[in-house]
Amino acid sequence: MALTETLQFAGTMFSGAMRIAIPICFGALGSTICERAGIVNIGIEGMMLAGSFGGVVGALVTGSPWIGLLFAMVAGMLFSLLHGVLTIHYGTGHIISGLGVNLLASGVTTVLLVAIWQNRGKSEMVGTLPTIELTFLKKIPFIGQAFGSFSPLFLLLLAAVALLWVFLYKTTFGLRARIVGESPQTADAAGISVPKMQYICVLLCGLLCGLGGAYLSIGDIGMFSRDMVAGRGYIAMAVTIFGAWNPIGALGGGLLFGLAQSLQFRLQQSGIPVQLIQMLPYVITILVLLLVRRKGGGPAAAGKTFDREKH
Amino acid sequence: MLGNAAQRVCKVLKSKKLQTSLLALVGAIVVSGLILALSGYSPFVAYGAMFSGAFGGAANIADTLGTATPLIFTGLAVAIAMKGGAVNIGAEGQLYMGAFAAALAGAYGKDLPMVLHIALCLLAAFIAGGLWAVLAGGLKIKLGVSEVIITIMLNYIATYLTDYLTTYHFKAEGMVVKTKRVAESAMLPTLYPHSRLTVGFLIAILAAVILVWVLRRTVFGYELQAVGLNPFAAESGGVKKGRQFLLTMLISGGLAGLAGACEVLGVHGYFMKGFSPGYGFDGLAIAVLGQNNPLGVTLSAILYGALRSGATMMDRMTKIPQDFVGIMQALIIIFVATPGLVYFYRRKKKKTAAIHKGSETAPATTEEV
Repeated sequence: MALTETLQFAGTMFSGAMRIAIPICFGALGSTICERAGIVNIGIEGMMLAGSFGGVVGALVTGSPWIGLLFAMVAGMLFSLLHGVLTIHYGTGHIISGLGVNLLASGVTTVLLVAIWQNRGKSEMVGTLPTIELTFLKKIPFIGQAFGSFSPLFLLLLAAVALLWVFLYKTTFGLRARIVGESPQTADAAGISVPKMQYICVLLCGLLCGLGGAYLSIGDIGMFSRDMVAGRGYIAMAVTIFGAWNPIGALGGGLLFGLAQSLQFRLQQSGIPVQLIQMLPYVITILVLLLVRRKGGGPAAAGKTFDREKH
Repeated sequence: MLGNAAQRVCKVLKSKKLQTSLLALVGAIVVSGLILALSGYSPFVAYGAMFSGAFGGAANIADTLGTATPLIFTGLAVAIAMKGGAVNIGAEGQLYMGAFAAALAGAYGKDLPMVLHIALCLLAAFIAGGLWAVLAGGLKIKLGVSEVIITIMLNYIATYLTDYLTTYHFKAEGMVVKTKRVAESAMLPTLYPHSRLTVGFLIAILAAVILVWVLRRTVFGYELQAVGLNPFAAESGGVKKGRQFLLTMLISGGLAGLAGACEVLGVHGYFMKGFSPGYGFDGLAIAVLGQNNPLGVTLSAILYGALRSGATMMDRMTKIPQDFVGIMQALIIIFVATPGLVYFYRRKKKKTAAIHKGSETAPATTEEV
């Protein structure tokens, strides 16, 4: 009996971890693909925010959260395109461009929030994506709690991880993307168009971030609230490093982070000051970064602007 | 002497950096105006309201300069870090640590003469903010973790940590969670009655001037910039790279801490969570716009102060939400950091010129432009 209860508890914890991990994993996947192609993207935060907003707008306009998902992807890609044009075409510093994207996304979403709903804090409720219920699993301890009901975006996340992994390691295209991130000069000499590869990867990143952001709004609470991404984009960047710039690592890192976070919700009932508990995810992120420190582990040319005339 | 000064002014006006910043500013204002027009608002009414809110009358100007005070400090903080080769996105957290330290030193340091008490508070803030930044710098040097993510994480940690300390250890009596009021002797005297403009503004200007001197005239400033330009070359030139980096972070964080101190000692009189509307993050944009030059940063900070106090007026007089200023600020960053956007006409000219000139003179001239 005690064993069943423990398993059930673990299952609930896991499902909580999964919910926290989904947006972070999407962000980390985006960041992974982007950095693999040599573009450091601190604008993940803003692209996710755009996705959250786009999702709600799409769901409101069309009445369908599924089409909201499309809007979210487009919104994320628009902001990633901006980052791409600035860093790839104009050679803007990657960090500064990313910060600009974040600021712009925050400003645009808030202004539109006021324009559409006359409210500076949050939008009205819209429909959410239905959860997938697997009733036949519910009776089994652990599995029932963990996988009995989940968001369709979780399936999408798993699919994205698998596809990206195949793309990066099993296709010529992925190999080329990785060469671009390691040594754009080599790629250029081999006849690969560096900007083209980078644009594709940056847009993919925007798409993934849009999905991650959409989970927060139409995948979960059914509305948009001001700056609702709340640092998850930055955490996703840390998860990218933790996951060693590998899609599967990003999934694992995100889940681990979600587990730590769902532990935090448990701790909140134990009388420990709430501020110390809220601090936890950020402390954990730093500690994890310290533990996995891989000096020069990332793509060698990440963050550097490639100018073929200069080499 | 006079001719010399005039020559200098001319040189400054002709400098590419200044032109870039000004053109970027114009670009951002025009694009923001277009966005306003497309959303059905009149950009002229909006900008008019902003301008009168920022500069219409002595009280408004005082408010603008008062708002600019913490921004000068955070802008300088980010700029000096950039000069030394560090990306300090943690100014907001350092500002919170500094503000908290200043509030405690102000409330618990008793029976001190005014100048001494204020100096003590500022020192406490400088050290608290500085050490918070050194924490990130140390992790970078010792363990090779990027300071970008660490400083962002430290922002969140600083806000929660100071909130925790205020709530559980230093809460003043009453319903509101805030620290004890600082002693009268620690309050910065105001320069204009009933405004945010205090002696803090003068201290900020002084800090900028000192930084100019340090960067131009001291060995320390030279080494700082050497590390920023090329750490490996600096090291083989005999500069202790790690130590220099930590000192850069200390000064950077310390300056951000002073921003918090001036808010606490000049405006609020106590520490409370959420007192900063993102001054630390504005510092990044200000440093970019000011091209990391202390004087440029000061001017940019005053402009940002004007944007902030003008936005309040725009919000009140028109239907445009004050958050619109966020879009303007983002556009300013993007335009300044991307000279190609404002110089596109020049590039076109260059290309056509090269075509007309033909091949015989090409190598010598293309290198020049």
